[in-house]
Amino acid sequence: MRRFSWFNATSLTLGFAFLYLPMIILVIYSFNRSQLVTVWAGFSTRWYGELLTNQEFLDAAWVTLKVAVFSSTLATVLGTMAAYAIVRMGRFPGRTLFSGMIYAPLVMPEVITGLSLLLLFIGIGLDRGVLTIVLAHTTFSMCYVSVVVSSRLANFDRALEEAALDLGCSPFDAFRLVTLPIIAPAVISGWLLAFTLSLDDLVIASFTTGPSATTLPIKIFSSIRLGVSPEINALSTVLIGIVTVGVITASLISKRAAVQAERETRAGERTTG
Amino acid sequence: MAQPSPKPKPSPETAVFEPWNDPEAKPLIEFRNVTKRFGEFTAIDDLSLRIYEREFFALLGPSGCGKTTMMRMLAGFEAPTEGHILLGGQAIDTVPPNKRAVNMMFQSYALFPHLTVFDNIAFGLRRESRDDEKIEARVEEMLRLTRLSKFASRKPHQISGGQRQRVALARSLAKAPKLLLLDEPLGALDKKLREETQFELMDIQEKTGTTFVIVTHDQEEAMTVASRVAVMDEGRIVQVATPEVIYEAPNSVYVADFIGDVNLIRGTAKARGEGTAPAANEAPQEEAPGTTAPPASAPAPATGRHDPQPNAMGRWLHDRLLSPVIGPRRDQPKALPAPEAAAELPPPAPAPESATDIPEGGIEIHWSEGAAPIVASSGDPALDGQQVVLSLRPEKVSIAKEKPQAHNALPGRVIDIAYLGNISTYHVELPDGTMIKAQMANTRRIARRDITWEDEVWVSFTATAGVVLTE
Repeated sequence: MRRFSWFNATSLTLGFAFLYLPMIILVIYSFNRSQLVTVWAGFSTRWYGELLTNQEFLDAAWVTLKVAVFSSTLATVLGTMAAYAIVRMGRFPGRTLFSGMIYAPLVMPEVITGLSLLLLFIGIGLDRGVLTIVLAHTTFSMCYVSVVVSSRLANFDRALEEAALDLGCSPFDAFRLVTLPIIAPAVISGWLLAFTLSLDDLVIASFTTGPSATTLPIKIFSSIRLGVSPEINALSTVLIGIVTVGVITASLISKRAAVQAERETRAGERTTG
Repeated sequence: MAQPSPKPKPSPETAVFEPWNDPEAKPLIEFRNVTKRFGEFTAIDDLSLRIYEREFFALLGPSGCGKTTMMRMLAGFEAPTEGHILLGGQAIDTVPPNKRAVNMMFQSYALFPHLTVFDNIAFGLRRESRDDEKIEARVEEMLRLTRLSKFASRKPHQISGGQRQRVALARSLAKAPKLLLLDEPLGALDKKLREETQFELMDIQEKTGTTFVIVTHDQEEAMTVASRVAVMDEGRIVQVATPEVIYEAPNSVYVADFIGDVNLIRGTAKARGEGTAPAANEAPQEEAPGTTAPPASAPAPATGRHDPQPNAMGRWLHDRLLSPVIGPRRDQPKALPAPEAAAELPPPAPAPESATDIPEGGIEIHWSEGAAPIVASSGDPALDGQQVVLSLRPEKVSIAKEKPQAHNALPGRVIDIAYLGNISTYHVELPDGTMIKAQMANTRRIARRDITWEDEVWVSFTATAGVVLTE
């Protein structure tokens, strides 16, 4: 049994305060009636209402949503394919290097990623806008998807695919009818991860965006320069809500899938029952 | 732990099912000089083999002997490096697994966890047909065959191991393949369930008439289910034969040693000429009183030294006066013998024939300096002078405290006794250090106590009990 101790309680409180105090303050002030950000004047949802009438913010939100949906979908397809190839190809010369390279963008500074993508888009003469942001977001979020999916594929029983082939499936059908349904939880949580990453990305988006496409993080960042408004607080609170829901859903899905997988494995080992 | 006793395989036909002995028979599967290499490693080495329709064929060998590679080549997951595999006369080397009339039951069962039992079984059928009614009828038939109808709507993790095993079998049989491959199908089941399932498998194989090829490292399993067994070692087939032949007439020390328990006695062969005096008689014999051969009418040749026996007068009385009234005399009394007499009951495995009727011919094996040679009438006299190995099954060796009347009787000392419930195995050390295992069925409920550790005993066996092999 774990026992309560003042030391543990204090560490926990400090740690969580450190992590969440700024966000809690932001959320609280988003319900402030006052025009002044730092002066509390009573509870109100006024700024949320104003948010809905602010066309600039609504446009930015629409762009952000489009970018997030397209880039995370594209990243999921590419990331799943990459994970499948790496796990399934077996041993070939340079496999470690290859799989390492897929994960490298995870630790690459965003500024570098953004700058190199910008140079690429200029180089090939692609007009900057929604398309370039989608491509840029796909680039960095597909490695997250591939990490999630490949960890599921690593303990996927290869015999299942062979059984599907043996029963008359073409290799594509075997993937579609057997592999994909089984790894689906990992794919979905990969998609949600990519979606939330795209939603709150500022650095790469600002490198690769053009005048026609302003995402919410960019919009927030640029309006801060004119002073923090309670409207921004409200908008940020909405974003926090969306990201929280996304991340929690993703982790719940993968946790449930892990439990399911474990139950199936255990059932496979048990001989009677 | 029991030795798999060779037993006749029930056959649905009245005629004996032995297509491998019929030169006219066309094999369903033929391996023609197949070699398979993985890089430097040769998994299958120039192997040729024929398997016939309706056979239950077992590939048996230790892990790494190439048996799984052979199965994967049949299924189409691996292609031979050299040579050809023919199915019904057609080369199938390059046919992908989804285009072969071959189905496989996987070692891990590989049931699709996201599909119900019904959908698992229907999976293969749905790949080739859209006729839902026909698919459903076929699945129902499979469910009935494997007694799974109650579980049709369950997911694989909701049923027991034995049921999962039957789902896997039903799924692989649903498409009515020409050939069904079973990869260690019963490995995950416990012993009791495994034995039941073996008989179920044989039953289903007979009902469906499908050719089964089973891969296993469990020799008991292979012996139980198969019509023929191929014993493999390092990518080669050492012997292909019926379980009886594999067990009773192994063609090599490897096979003899791999299948069941065996005593291997090494020595030099010497041809036995016509009329050579039986070796056992050359050994000095102390004729204990009462060991004189019983009358020819004796039903059991066991030497009943310790049993209370009627004396000459008693026998005379019985034979002349009483036999019409109480039936022929039994040399073995019906009453429980005194406890120390238990050693003589029951007569051990094949009754030792009287030493005088050793068959002519064969060889003598000089296995130890100063010891009487072993007579093996099955040995080829042409082996004269060569090093040979006598392979002797423990259940064909009997053990007694006093020198029995047998073709071959060797003195020794009991080192170890393994009590296995139905049988006991005695490890007897001969004077030269050779260990001989003798097995006795424990037909009596109370364990025999007269032979115990460190006892001086005689092990004996007939001249026909062993198989002479060369290394």
